[in-house]
Amino acid sequence: MTNHWIDLKNSDTILIMGSNAAENHPISFKWVTKAQENGATVIHVDPRFTRTSTKADMHATLRSGTDISILGGMIKYILDNDLIFKEYVVNYTNASFIVGDDYTFEDGIFAGFDSKNKTYDKSKWAFAMDAKGNPKKDPTLKDPKCVYQMLKKHYERYTLDKIVEISGMKKADLIKLYETYAATGKSDKAGTIMYAMGWTQHTVGVQNIRSMAMIQLLLGNIGIAGGGVNALRGESNVQGSTDHCLLYHILPGYLKTPKATQQSLAAYDKVYTPISNDPKSANWWANYPKYSASLLKAMWRDQDPKDSFNYLPKLDSGSAADYSWLTLFDKMDEGQFKGLFAWGMNPACSGANSNKTRSAMTKLDWMVNVNIFPNETGWFWEGPGMDPSKIKTEVFFLPCAVSIEKEGSITNSGRWMQWRYKGPDAPNGLKPDGDLIYELMHEIQELYKKEGGAYPDPITKLSWDGIATNGVFDPHKTAKLINGFFTKDTEVKGKKFKKGDQIPSFAYLQTDGSTCSGNWLYCNSYTAKGNMAARRSLAQTEEQANIGLFPNFSWCWPVNRRILYNRASVDLKGNPWNPKKAVIKWTGPKTKWQGDIPDGGWAPGDKYAFIMRKHGFGQLFGPGRADGPFPEHYEPLECPVKSHPFSSTLHNPVALAFNDEAKAVCNPKFPLVGTTYRVAEHWQTGLMTRNCDWLTEAEPQIFVEMSTELAELRGIKNGEKVTVSSVRGTLWAVAIVTKRLKPFTIQGTVVHQVGLPWHFGWTWPKDGGDSANILTPSAGDPNTGIPETKAFMVNVSKA
Amino acid sequence: MSKTFFIDLTKCTACRGCQVACKQWKKLPAEKTENWGSHQNPKDLSGITLKLVRFNEVEEDGKIQWLFFPEQCRHCVEPPCLDAMTVPGSIVHDKETGAVVYTDLTAKEKDKEAFQASCPYDIPRINTETGMVVKCDMCIDRVKAGMLPACVATCPTGAMNFGDRDEMLALAEKSLTKAQKKYPNAELIDAESVRVVYLVQTDADSYYQFLSADASTIKKGPMTRKQFLAKLGNPIKHMTS
Ligand code: SF4
Ligand code: SF4
Repeated sequence: MTNHWIDLKNSDTILIMGSNAAENHPISFKWVTKAQENGATVIHVDPRFTRTSTKADMHATLRSGTDISILGGMIKYILDNDLIFKEYVVNYTNASFIVGDDYTFEDGIFAGFDSKNKTYDKSKWAFAMDAKGNPKKDPTLKDPKCVYQMLKKHYERYTLDKIVEISGMKKADLIKLYETYAATGKSDKAGTIMYAMGWTQHTVGVQNIRSMAMIQLLLGNIGIAGGGVNALRGESNVQGSTDHCLLYHILPGYLKTPKATQQSLAAYDKVYTPISNDPKSANWWANYPKYSASLLKAMWRDQDPKDSFNYLPKLDSGSAADYSWLTLFDKMDEGQFKGLFAWGMNPACSGANSNKTRSAMTKLDWMVNVNIFPNETGWFWEGPGMDPSKIKTEVFFLPCAVSIEKEGSITNSGRWMQWRYKGPDAPNGLKPDGDLIYELMHEIQELYKKEGGAYPDPITKLSWDGIATNGVFDPHKTAKLINGFFTKDTEVKGKKFKKGDQIPSFAYLQTDGSTCSGNWLYCNSYTAKGNMAARRSLAQTEEQANIGLFPNFSWCWPVNRRILYNRASVDLKGNPWNPKKAVIKWTGPKTKWQGDIPDGGWAPGDKYAFIMRKHGFGQLFGPGRADGPFPEHYEPLECPVKSHPFSSTLHNPVALAFNDEAKAVCNPKFPLVGTTYRVAEHWQTGLMTRNCDWLTEAEPQIFVEMSTELAELRGIKNGEKVTVSSVRGTLWAVAIVTKRLKPFTIQGTVVHQVGLPWHFGWTWPKDGGDSANILTPSAGDPNTGIPETKAFMVNVSKA
Repeated sequence: MSKTFFIDLTKCTACRGCQVACKQWKKLPAEKTENWGSHQNPKDLSGITLKLVRFNEVEEDGKIQWLFFPEQCRHCVEPPCLDAMTVPGSIVHDKETGAVVYTDLTAKEKDKEAFQASCPYDIPRINTETGMVVKCDMCIDRVKAGMLPACVATCPTGAMNFGDRDEMLALAEKSLTKAQKKYPNAELIDAESVRVVYLVQTDADSYYQFLSADASTIKKGPMTRKQFLAKLGNPIKHMTS
C-alpha cells in the first residue's frame, strides 16, 4: 500500500476492484465503514456479488480478465471530459515528456517486438532527450508526441460500446462508475483503490495495476490522504517477505539480483544506479551503491564489498520466464531439480496447475517440508493418482513453531513493521523457523569447512553469527543487523559514530564498507533509540491525528513515512491541495514540514515530487515494463472469444506460457469462464484453517458458485455435487446456485462464469475436496511470472 | 445499569468472527457440517451452536440484497421463556445486567421443549450430551469482569455493540437515522422489549422469519401469539426521535 489501513477512512470514493476486501481483508472494513460514515461512496467492481458488494454503494460486474478495457475506458473518459487534475498532472507526472521517434503502437503491438523470443526491445520506448540529457517536455501538453497526447491517442479506441461488448458490464453502470470515480480529480477529493489477487493473477496483472496507477496520477490521487494505490497483501507478513527478497529477481530492499554479465560490484552498481542531469530530480536511487555495499557488509562482515560481491549468486537473465514459480515447477517436472525446500508453503495446492506441480515433485530426489501441519506437499506421494511404490522422492518433515510461539516482526500491508512478543512456548520443543534455518546453515558451513567444495568461500566466510547469540537464533540481533550499524569509527554528516553504533537512517549509509545494513529500507527501524517497531504510543500532533497517522505506533518504511509520495500532496509552494486533510505542509524555512515525514526534507519546489523516479515524475508513460509503456487490453490465454474490439492481437504477446500446454480458446468443451477466490473463513491453501474445526464447520467443502441460469441449463440443483473440469484436470465441488452471479452478454453471446475457492486439499477434511488449482493454467504475467488463476476456461456437469 | 446489545446489520459483513468467537469462548465443539448450497453453516442453532450468522439472498426488481443476520438470544426485558421454568433456578434473570441465564438445573427440567416453544425468537436448544437447555448467556462471566462479550469484542466493523442500555438505545436511534438515508425501510426491531436490538435495512422477514417477534407465530408453545403480545406490550418497531 502506498497508504495504510487507517488511511482508508480519509477517502471520498473507494473503488474495490480485483478484491473481495470484506471477506479476505475483514479488518479493512473497519476503515471502509468509517469512510462511509463520513459520507464516502464505495464502488465494488467484480464478476460476482460478494459480501463486499453488500456494503458497497454501487456494484458493477465484468467478465474476469477484462479490467484493462474498463480502466482504459476510464482514462479515455477522464481525458475526453478534461477531468484531470491539471496542476498535478503537469507538475508531477510525465504527461509533458516527449516520447522518442522509435515508439510505435500498431494493432496491439508496441515497437521493438521480437516475435521469435516473445520479448520487446524496450529501448524503442525511450523519451526524446534535450542537449543536457534530460527528457524534452511540453508543459502545455499540446505537442502531439507528448505523453498526454499519446495517451489520448492510445485510448481513443476504448469506446463505451466496445467496452460493454467485451467486458459484459452494463453501459449505465460503466458510465456511473466513470462519473463517480473521475469526480475525485478535484483538489479537495480523494479516491482510492483497494485491489488484490483479482488484479495481479492475470497475464496482464502488472498492467492492470499500472492502469489504475495512471488513473490515480491523472486525478491527483497519489500522495494524498485517502488516496494512493493500495495492494491488500494476503499473508500478514507478505509485505515483509517481499521487502526482504522473497522473489528471485530482488535482494533485500528491492536491490537487483546480479546477473552473470556483471562481473564486479562497480559494473553491477553502474547498471542499477540511474543518472539524472536535472538538479531538481532527487533521483533517490543514485544512492544505490551505498545500499548494495552495506548489504554485502551485513552478509560478509570481514570482506571488502568489492570482493564479497563475487559471493552473490548471479542470474543469466532477469526474465520471469527463466526463473519464476511456474518455470521452476516446469523445470522440476523435466527432472532438472534434485531437491526442494517447501518452507511454510503448500505448492501442491497453492501453485497453478496442481497436477503438474504434484507430478514435478515425483521427479525430486528429496524434499524438506517445513510446516505446522502435515500438508498435501509433504504427503504428495500418497495423494490422488499417485503410486508410492514408484516414487523415489525422500521427504523430510520438519514441524515448527507457529507465529505466536516466537518473537519477531511482521510488516503489514501498510508497510508497518510491528514487533510481536512471544506468546506460549511451542509444544514438544518445536523451534521457530529462524532457529531451523540458522542451525541448517550453520551445519552447512561446518561441512564446507571440513570437506571443502567447488567454491566454499561464500559459505564459509558468511557472517552467520550476525543473527545468533551463543549459537541460538536471536531475533533482536537480526533486527539490529537489518537496520545496520557502523563497522568502524566513522564521521558522517558531521556526526561521529563508534564502531557498533546503530545507523540512524539510510541517509548515513556508505559505499566503503564502513556501514552494514541488511535492508536499507529498514534502516531507521532499530536505532540508538531502540526497537522502533515495538513502539505502541498513540501520541500524535493535531495534524497527524486529523488523518490518523499514528507515527509513534510501530514503525513504517521508509523512515517512518506513513504515506508514500507525499510531496505530491502539496502544491509547488508546499500548501496542501486539500487543507482539510493535509498530509504535510511547509511552514517556512525554520519550522519546515509539519505532519507526516515528507518525501525528503528539501523546501517545496526544490525537488520534483516523485523522488524514487530517475526524472522525478510519476509515470503515465512507463517504459520499464516487459509488455509495453501503456496498458492494453488482451484476452486471458484461455478465453471465450476469438477476437476483441481493440486490436487483432488476442493475447499479451509476451505472456509467460509453455507452448506444449494446450489452452482452451473458444473451445466448446470448456465454454465457461472460471475463476478462483477465497473466503473469509479459510486462509491460502487452508492448511491453518482446515485444521481449525470452527472454521471448517463454517466452510466445510469446496464449492462452485454459478448463476441460476447456468444451473438450469445444466440441470444442476443447489447443494448437489458436480464435476468441474478444465484442459488440465477435473474435480468435484458442491454447487452453490445463486442470484449473485449473472450470465454476461459478450459480443452478443451469453457467457457464463463460475468460481471456486482454492482453500481445500485432499488430506483434510476427508470430504473437503481438492484444490481448485487443479483447474488453473501454467500461464503468467511477463513481468512477475504470477500465474493467471483468475481467468481460465472450464466446464461444469452433473457428477 | 442494565446492559444491551445493539447490532447494526447494515454494517455486518458476515465475516463470522462472532460465530467463531462464541464457540471459542464457550469452548463448544464444531458440528460436522456439509456445504448445503449455502455459505450459512451450521444450518441452525443447536446444543453446541449459540450464535449463528444466517445468510439470505433476496432479489427485487433485479436488485440483489444478500442479508446477514448474526442470531443469538435477545435477553428479553420480560423473558417469556421464564414461563417454561418448572425447576426453580434453572433460569436466572440477572438483575444487574438483565442477562437471562440458563443454568445446569435446566437438565432437571421435564419438558425441555417448552423453552424453545415459549421463545418468540425460537432460540433455546437442548444439548444432547449434558441434557441442558442452552442459549447465549450474554457472556455473563466476561461482562461481570468488565469485558465485552466475546462476539462483540471480535467484530471488525462496529456492527456488534454492547454497553449500558441507555447508551445502546441512543446509539441505535442515531444509527437508524443515518441508515434510513441509504435504506428508507431501515428500522429497529423490538427495541423496547429486548436487550439485543437489531437495526435492519429491509423488512425483518427477508432476513429470517424469527428475526422479529412480530413476524413469528408461536405455533407450538404454551402461549398463543396474542397472549405473548399481551404479556410483552406492543413491540415498537419504528423508533423515531
Ligand atoms: S463479527 Fe460483526 S461483521 Fe462479523 S459476522 Fe458478526 S456481526 Fe457481522
Ligand atoms: S454474548 Fe457470548 S454467549 Fe452470547 S452470542 Fe455472544 S459470545 Fe455467544
